Amino acid sequence: MAGSKIFPSLDAAVTDIADGSTIGFAGFAGVGTPCFLIGALIRQGAKRLICVSNSTNMRDHPPGGADMGGVVSNGQLAKAICAFTAPTRPSQKLPFTEFYEAGKVEAEIVPQGTLAERLRAAGSGIPAFFTPAGVGTEIADGKETRDFNGRTYLMEHALPLDYAFIRAWKADALGNLQFRLTQRNFNPVMAMAARITIVEVEEDILPAGGIDPDLVHVPGVYVHRLIKINPEGMA
Amino acid sequence: MAEEKGLSRQQMCNLLAAEFQDGWIVNLGVGIPTMCSNADFGDRIITLHSENGVIGYGPIAAEGKEDRHLVNAGGQYVTINPGASIVHHADSFALIRAGKIDVTVMGAYEVAGNGDFANWKLKGAKGGGIGGAMDLAACAKRVFIVMEHTTRNGAPRIVEKCSLPITAPGVVKMVATNFGLFSIGADGVTIQTIAPGITVDEVKAGTGCNVNVPSNLRVAVV
Repeated sequence: MAGSKIFPSLDAAVTDIADGSTIGFAGFAGVGTPCFLIGALIRQGAKRLICVSNSTNMRDHPPGGADMGGVVSNGQLAKAICAFTAPTRPSQKLPFTEFYEAGKVEAEIVPQGTLAERLRAAGSGIPAFFTPAGVGTEIADGKETRDFNGRTYLMEHALPLDYAFIRAWKADALGNLQFRLTQRNFNPVMAMAARITIVEVEEDILPAGGIDPDLVHVPGVYVHRLIKINPEGMA
Repeated sequence: MAEEKGLSRQQMCNLLAAEFQDGWIVNLGVGIPTMCSNADFGDRIITLHSENGVIGYGPIAAEGKEDRHLVNAGGQYVTINPGASIVHHADSFALIRAGKIDVTVMGAYEVAGNGDFANWKLKGAKGGGIGGAMDLAACAKRVFIVMEHTTRNGAPRIVEKCSLPITAPGVVKMVATNFGLFSIGADGVTIQTIAPGITVDEVKAGTGCNVNVPSNLRVAVV
């Protein structure tokens, strides 16, 4: 047998993550966020990480769960690549903001659609692409531009990940994944972009064939490790 | 905070929602714009798109009826309408870049008379929050802004030139504020309708650039 993709624990699934790795955390507004894998990463302790995520926080998380705020507070973060590097409300105080303003971590801010497309490009064998998002703004500074049909576009590069942390609704033993409603968000493109994709799964992991092939959102070819979780808490 | 004059936030959103045409795909940003979904569309069919991949979401979910897998761009639990579809994030922005969004409604810190606007970074801040705003602003067919007419200190938000880093140049077509509805075109800012109880002098005093006033100025019906 070529080795099962089903891992016995969250901790076993993240044990080999080396210092300096680039890790994607999927999720949007807390939904579809692999908060228990992030919790395991904090226990594991890898340092100088580059973390890619829509934002640096989820609103709240269940026992055993965490977000990038926990990673930065534990001194594990070197750089964040996000669509939000500040809280959406100025009154909000986030752990990331404190470290960023003190110059202890770096950040790269990326328009959300560009972030998603950079991940998809990485998972599609496309090294770079052109987008109109950000033309004429501060984020265009230093970027190559090119005109097509009279309009200016920015060149943006693929964003490959060493690891992707994914939250799925259903999975089968081969790693085929299915998501529910807005849980899908960044999960498929992060899974595509990563060398090693690790998935926390809400429902019991099904035998191969347990998901209709036409209803698979991410094929198992992009998926390496699966762990069944309890969405209510893993403490 | 000074007492707000003129229109309520819901009334501001109602003015913009009245501009939505039958069949439009509408994207609503975080904050005040979400109130556009409470407007009465009459017999117009309006499809709401959210950047996290829902095409066809409905009103905010009633308490106790929340689905933990279903939120809008602001993270509010919403409902889903018959015929809705779900895509992943890259496809959600693929359809944005492809020009499938008829209008995006966003909040802003500043809008300039040339259609520039700023809504992602505060003065002196190290970080910012772009979210989907740059993609939407660059690619939606129309950009509408809803915001208070002035800052808490009374400074104009509609200005000659944005002082904050912009989100996109020259894209804003309509602005709803507590003072009324304004259009932006080649000739700058024009009052479309003025809020009941607000005078043209008050509008001019609260605006940082020239405002065109039509000879038959109408009062907003709210």
